[in-house]
Amino acid sequence: MSNVWDSVEPRVYESRIKVPYAWQAGETASRFLLSLKNETKFVGKKCAKCTKVLVPPRKSCPYCFVETAEWVDVSDEGVVEAFTIVRRDTGIMPMKPPFAYAVIKLDGADTGLVHLLAEVDLGEVKEGMRVKAVFAEERTGRILDVKYFKPV
Amino acid sequence: MDKAAIIGIGMTKAAGRVKEANYAELVYPAVVAALEDAGITIEDIDNIVTTSNDFWDGRTISSMATGDVSGGYDRNISCVEGDGTFGAFYGWCRSLSGHYGTTLVTAYTKGSESISPYITNAVFDPIYVRSLGLDMVSGCALQARRYMNRYNVSEEQCAVVSSKNHRNALDNPNAHLQLDLSVEDVMKSRMICDPMKLYDCSPVSDGAVAVVIANEEKTKRLGRKPAWIKGVSFCMDNYLLGDRDLAECAALEKAAKQAYAAAGISDPRKEIDVAEVYDAFSYQELMWTEGLGFCEKGEGGKLAESGATAKAGDIPVNPSGGLLSSHPVIAAGLIRIAEAVRQIRGEAGDMQVDRDVRTALAHGVNGVAGQSHCVWILGKE
Repeated sequence: MSNVWDSVEPRVYESRIKVPYAWQAGETASRFLLSLKNETKFVGKKCAKCTKVLVPPRKSCPYCFVETAEWVDVSDEGVVEAFTIVRRDTGIMPMKPPFAYAVIKLDGADTGLVHLLAEVDLGEVKEGMRVKAVFAEERTGRILDVKYFKPV
Repeated sequence: MDKAAIIGIGMTKAAGRVKEANYAELVYPAVVAALEDAGITIEDIDNIVTTSNDFWDGRTISSMATGDVSGGYDRNISCVEGDGTFGAFYGWCRSLSGHYGTTLVTAYTKGSESISPYITNAVFDPIYVRSLGLDMVSGCALQARRYMNRYNVSEEQCAVVSSKNHRNALDNPNAHLQLDLSVEDVMKSRMICDPMKLYDCSPVSDGAVAVVIANEEKTKRLGRKPAWIKGVSFCMDNYLLGDRDLAECAALEKAAKQAYAAAGISDPRKEIDVAEVYDAFSYQELMWTEGLGFCEKGEGGKLAESGATAKAGDIPVNPSGGLLSSHPVIAAGLIRIAEAVRQIRGEAGDMQVDRDVRTALAHGVNGVAGQSHCVWILGKE
C-alpha cells in the first residue's frame, strides 16, 4: 500500500449529480400550501379514528392507516416542542447560522411542524416557548411562505 | 425459530478517504475476507444481498455496479437500500427460505466522495421539510435536545460516551478515528448543532463489510466458528419528525422486545455480554441503551457515567469504538454485527471484553433520529 502512488497518480473524476425534478405535492399538501399562500392560514387534517389533527396535513393518518377526511383550521401560533441552535453552515440552509430549528405544535394541532426560529435571542430559546408564524411578503405556495416563527 | 448462523465476516479498515480503491473495489476485499474467514469459496454462496444507497453512491441502481465485486455474476443478487443490519435481515430470511443455504450480505459507503449534508438533506420530505435545510446532524440535534431536556441528561453524560468510544477505538485497528479524548476534550470541542459538539458527532467514513449467513444444515457442514442467530427484529416509527415523540424510542423498544422474546432473554442487562449499538451521535448511545432495556428510561446518562458500559463494565457497549470512531454510513450496522461475531468467537483482539461472551447484541438504525431500528441477538450456541 505504501508505494502505490510512486508509479500511479491518483485520479478523481469530479462532477455533480444534478437532475431537474418536480415533486407533485398532491391534493392534500396543495391545499395546505395554498392556504399559506393565499390566506396566511394553517390548516390541518383530522383523523376520524384517533382524532389527531395532523399539521402538516396528510391524506392518510400515519398512525392509524386510514384516510383522513376532515379539514380543520389551526392557529398560526404554537409552542416550541424541540429545538436546536445551528452553528455550522452547510451551505444549504435558508438562513446564515447561528439560527434555530424547532418542532412547533400549533394551537389546535396534535403533531409538530418543523420550521425555523428567528427574531429571537438564541440564548433564550426554550421548550414551551410560544411562537407565531411570520409570513413572507411574496408567497409562492411552499413551506417557506412562512419565513420563520418568532416569539409571541 | 429455525436456526441460522453467521459463519464468515470480513471488513476493510474504515478511513476518511480511500484513494486506492474506487467504490466497487472497496467491496471486493471485504467479500474475499469474509469467504476466507468462513473457509469457503464463492462457489459455496447460493445468493447475495447487497446493501447500499444510490445518493451516497452518486449513481442509480448502484447495486448493479457492485454486483460483480460481491460475487454476483451469474447468481441471484438483490439489494436492500438502508442500513446493513436491514440487508442482513433479508439475508437471514433468504437463508431460511428453503431456497438458499448460504447468503452473502455486503454493505459499503464511500462517504468521502460527496458532501454529506447535501445527501442527508435529501432524506427529508421535499414538500414540507427539505427546503428548510435540515440534515442528519440538525435533525438529530432536535432529538438530542428533546431527550436531554425531558430526562435531565447532561452534555457531560453524552461526552462520557464520546470519550469512551473514541478511546475504545484505540484498540481497533479497523477504526477510522483513533483519538484519546477525555470528557473535557469533548466538552471543549466546537458546537455544531446545540447540544451536539464536534466530538458528539460521528465522522463520515469510507468502508465496506461482508458477512455470510447460513442455515442450520449448511452451518453444520461449512461453519467453522458459527455465531448463531438467536433473535432478530426491526420496527419503524413515523417519518416526519413532528409526528414522533422525539424523546422516546418506542420503535427500538418494540424491536428489542421481539428479538429478546425470540432469543429467550428476560433480563437483557444480565444476559447480554456485550453490545454494539448505533452511536451515530453520543446522545444516541444513551437513548438506545435505555430502549434496549439495559437501564430504566432516562437513566442512560447515569449508566454511562457509572462505567457500566465501559469495556470492563457489566454491560460493555461499543468496545470497537462504535460509529463515533468509524461511520461508513450504510455499512455501520453490519459492522456492528461483525464486531459482535468477533466477540462471540473471542477473536476481538484488544477489543475483546473480559468475560466469556455467550450472547452479544448488534443494533442498526435507518432514517433520521432513529426512525427505524434493527436488533440482532447472536449466541455461541
